[in-house]
Amino acid sequence: MSTNTSQHISQQFEAELQDIRSRVLAMGGLVEQQVADALTALMAGDSELARQVIIQDEQVNHMEMLIDEECVQIIALRQPTAGDLRLVTAIFKTITDLERIGDEAQSIAKRALSLSVADRPKRNYSELSTLGSHARGILRDALDAFARLDVDAALSVAGQDSKKDDEYESIIRQLITYMMEDPRSISNVMDLIWSARSLERIGDHAHNLCEYVIYLVEGTDVRHLSVEKMEKVLDRD
Amino acid sequence: MEAVKQETAPTARAIDIESMQRSDKLNMANEEICLKVNDFNLYYGDKQALHNINMSIAKNRVTAFIGPSGCGKSTLLRCFNRMNDLIDSVNIKGEMLLDDSDLNAPSVNVADLRRQVGMVFQKPNPFPKSIYENVAYGLRLQGVNDRATLDNVVEKSLKGAALWDEVKDRLHESAMGMSGGQQQRLVIARAIAIEPEVLLLDEPASALDPLSTLKIEELIYELKDKYTIVIVTHNMQQAARVSDYTAFMYMGELVEFGATDELFTNPSKKQTEDYITGRYG
Repeated sequence: MSTNTSQHISQQFEAELQDIRSRVLAMGGLVEQQVADALTALMAGDSELARQVIIQDEQVNHMEMLIDEECVQIIALRQPTAGDLRLVTAIFKTITDLERIGDEAQSIAKRALSLSVADRPKRNYSELSTLGSHARGILRDALDAFARLDVDAALSVAGQDSKKDDEYESIIRQLITYMMEDPRSISNVMDLIWSARSLERIGDHAHNLCEYVIYLVEGTDVRHLSVEKMEKVLDRD
Repeated sequence: MEAVKQETAPTARAIDIESMQRSDKLNMANEEICLKVNDFNLYYGDKQALHNINMSIAKNRVTAFIGPSGCGKSTLLRCFNRMNDLIDSVNIKGEMLLDDSDLNAPSVNVADLRRQVGMVFQKPNPFPKSIYENVAYGLRLQGVNDRATLDNVVEKSLKGAALWDEVKDRLHESAMGMSGGQQQRLVIARAIAIEPEVLLLDEPASALDPLSTLKIEELIYELKDKYTIVIVTHNMQQAARVSDYTAFMYMGELVEFGATDELFTNPSKKQTEDYITGRYG
């Protein structure tokens, strides 16, 4: 129901809702860039880029607070109902997860910074690249689903979660083997493990974003359900 | 990881999550039905004002009618105690049951019906009498003149309308000297003095300031223990706050009827969504 194309009688209210939506998308774009840059910094040992990601997190935090305030204003002044109410509550939650993703990107950048001064192995941390691009893909698709209010897309993104978890498990096993083979590598490998952990968390947050999209459009709370159950609740196959 | 899990498990189990879930999810199927409307149509002369209305009003619940001006919500409300009988050009088709008996049947005494189904209007309409006599009026009409009985009913009704503490020391002063909010509660006290089964409230708070409005809303919440309440309101936030069920009407038709929580967060019809979110239809 919330893909409501009719206009509000109050143009100002209409504009405010449009405004928070586009701000969330802008914040999403920024966070997406942060994750991409953090990964590049990690792979390429680019300490300058890593520093930039760390500094830019400030901006993500700032946006979260701005949008938060705007949502509070709308609730206080407009008393939104139905689809409008769901939009505001979904945005409240969405920006919290986006901010956390920003924190994870910052954390990866910090590991990248410490790894950039260490000896770099020949494989150049390529283990993380698959998981990295996967996490980025999930995030991008989740943000797209939000922009287009597309429940089917949100469901399909949510379904990729288990694949990401498997990749994470296999990376951890691999990294443990490295540590056993060469104890001198432990401190570097720990940085990689933390980074993998961050990527896995980013995927989880993106999964949450999809749940909010479904709530926003369908009005059904699908948190903590398996994808099969989500489809069943939403009456889709 | 395993150790941590084991440590926290008992505490987690100790919290009874079931009890935290909202147990007050309303479902018409579980309600005792007080008023039932079946295929009800109403015409003002040639003009049809209500189209094929079907609905059930649950006992001891608050049901709100919302909708734009002229949608028929007040007309429907007035049918419940046959206030429309006063208008010559009105014709009705279909049935309306109060406790399973047709309230439009020829055998029904309208005065009796209105004792059972009380009504409060938008503008407070106290009689130009004392506070006491306003509340006692209905009983006096019924021939009750015993002082002790009247004292008792007046006190009980004023307490029921959350007005007693404010007026107990000036019961014999004129009701016209009260504030608008007090007058409206007095009218409610007058309505409940004769112990009706149903209370119809037509925009009861629209002429009141926000604090008086909140008092009326609080009162509605308390009254539903004893009475079935049907309220017409233009204030949607008010409908959302006070009612258990909400009916959205448009152009004489019942568009959507359901539990208030559901209707205000996830309405199933686009027309309802447009109206409650303030959009062009």
